[in-house]
Amino acid sequence: MRIVVLMKPVPDPGEERLGADGRLDRSVSAVINGNDEYVLEAALQLVEAHGGEVTLLSMAPAGMTDPIRKALAMGAARAVLVTDPGLAGACAWSTAQVLAAALRTLEYDLVLAGADTSDGGGGVVGSAIATLLHHPYLSHARKIEPFEGGVRVERISAVGHDVLEAALPAVVAGTQLLGEPRYPSLRGIMGARSKEIATRTLAEIGLDDRPVGGAHATTTLLDTRAPAARGSTRVVRDLDPAAAAAAIVDFLVERRAL
Amino acid sequence: MGGVWVVGEVDAAGALTKLSGEAATAARALGEAGSLDVRGVIVAAEPDGAAASLATFLPVVLTVRSPEALEQTAAAVIAARVAALVGAATEPPSYVVVGATPDGRDLAGALSALLEVGVLVGATGLAWGNAAEGVPAGPRVEMQPFGGRIVTTSAFTGDRGIILLRSNMVVAEPLAAPGRVEAGAAVEGLDVAPVRVVERIVAQSTGPSIDGARVIVSGGRGVGGPEGFAGLGELAGLLGGAVGATRAAVDAGWVDYAIQIGQTGKTVKPAVYLAFGVSGAIQHKVGMQTAETIVAVNRDPDAPIGEFADLFVVADLAAVVPALAAALRARAG
Repeated sequence: MRIVVLMKPVPDPGEERLGADGRLDRSVSAVINGNDEYVLEAALQLVEAHGGEVTLLSMAPAGMTDPIRKALAMGAARAVLVTDPGLAGACAWSTAQVLAAALRTLEYDLVLAGADTSDGGGGVVGSAIATLLHHPYLSHARKIEPFEGGVRVERISAVGHDVLEAALPAVVAGTQLLGEPRYPSLRGIMGARSKEIATRTLAEIGLDDRPVGGAHATTTLLDTRAPAARGSTRVVRDLDPAAAAAAIVDFLVERRAL
Repeated sequence: MGGVWVVGEVDAAGALTKLSGEAATAARALGEAGSLDVRGVIVAAEPDGAAASLATFLPVVLTVRSPEALEQTAAAVIAARVAALVGAATEPPSYVVVGATPDGRDLAGALSALLEVGVLVGATGLAWGNAAEGVPAGPRVEMQPFGGRIVTTSAFTGDRGIILLRSNMVVAEPLAAPGRVEAGAAVEGLDVAPVRVVERIVAQSTGPSIDGARVIVSGGRGVGGPEGFAGLGELAGLLGGAVGATRAAVDAGWVDYAIQIGQTGKTVKPAVYLAFGVSGAIQHKVGMQTAETIVAVNRDPDAPIGEFADLFVVADLAAVVPALAAALRARAG
């Protein structure tokens, strides 16, 4: 089974900030997007059970390879990094077109993506990629199971879960319920140093004459501001339980919340 | 210029979701400010009931009867049908508004690819803006990325786009008189690869949903186990709210993932957030910090939640939970 994992390097959650140009400041330390790490783990388990290889596909600035190295150390075989100065400020629709074009240059049975990203990504790119490539899209997966010619996914629903089936190749977006990601082993870390991170420009994936990237973004940021400040915290301590409960009730009444 | 379409979402019972009414109300305000025609669309196996509900908010609602929505994933079916409807419309919409639910996100992504338009995800506010700053007149979309640590306003650079609206940002307001429901043009769906729904499993009830709950009583590792969560459930019942949890509590198997709040769970914005035994780690904070009032009870005086709660009670929650339940019962008489 040949699996491509879409992996987004994101600013360490909690450290995100915008630069003077209003774009995400990429100079803060980058990590693998949380949900992408879960699907990578699922991908590694699938190839361990059924054979095959995991290829990482990222779109990011050229220098942002630390998270990719970590994913290679976890067990991915190789990585493809689409990087191009023209991609800075790309919108979700551009990103989907770029990743779909890059996928057209790769061979795979299954594409896995995280259900959403921690840096403000809304989880629409996977669905757009699947649609562009005419692949079935199975989202919010808590379990991924291949069968002959197809894939079965348990998708989290509002009331439980749905069991979905579709033909391969397919795009599956996964969640934390796929299971805890592994830590890279020392051997994995050493081995990752010699694994290839192949970089591709827009021209190399056949998109140099397409309106993608920051200059063609369909959306733009007009303004940023700090959220309305929360008032200071009122701290109460050393109260017996009844008095602590009364303090909570009084506070909620005072805030007209009860 | 084309108008605004609202694609309503239908729940498992065939009813219109609450968020769809909110999306319709937001779209109506946009239409009034921008002088745009606003209509709703319901694509479902049996669309009439949900369409009548959506028509209480909008002057015109189009229905598309799609029996295949029962056997396939809804988003793929709806995306194909809506895109076909847009393609066949004499006045195709400029903007499409969808609720930011799992199905809504899947729909928006597919629709973005079929219509070749941009998406603004997770709107917390919508307003109309005049042409300025290099962007045309159009929706100005407020968002709160990074778990609400900043507030941004974005716009479409062209005159088309899809907006995903978060729940509880707008109060749904019905029209004085309901609008009319029309059958949409009978157009073939575009080619979207089908995904078969083999089985729908209904899990044991996890209590009221945290989506849209006015009060959330949330527990973390400090709650200690499922018995502790039973106590939080009682509090939630007394307050008319829902129980939420941190990832630690979900990972421990005490409660279901459906109620997980935070980075890899849900983002909520209740009026009241009562946190018991929640440390307030960043991964949880990003899912709840925009709650109007946050009350935290924690034994650890140095827990990070003490830095952003409105009221921080340093105490043993095992004693405070029953005492609070007793106080609330006494208040209710």
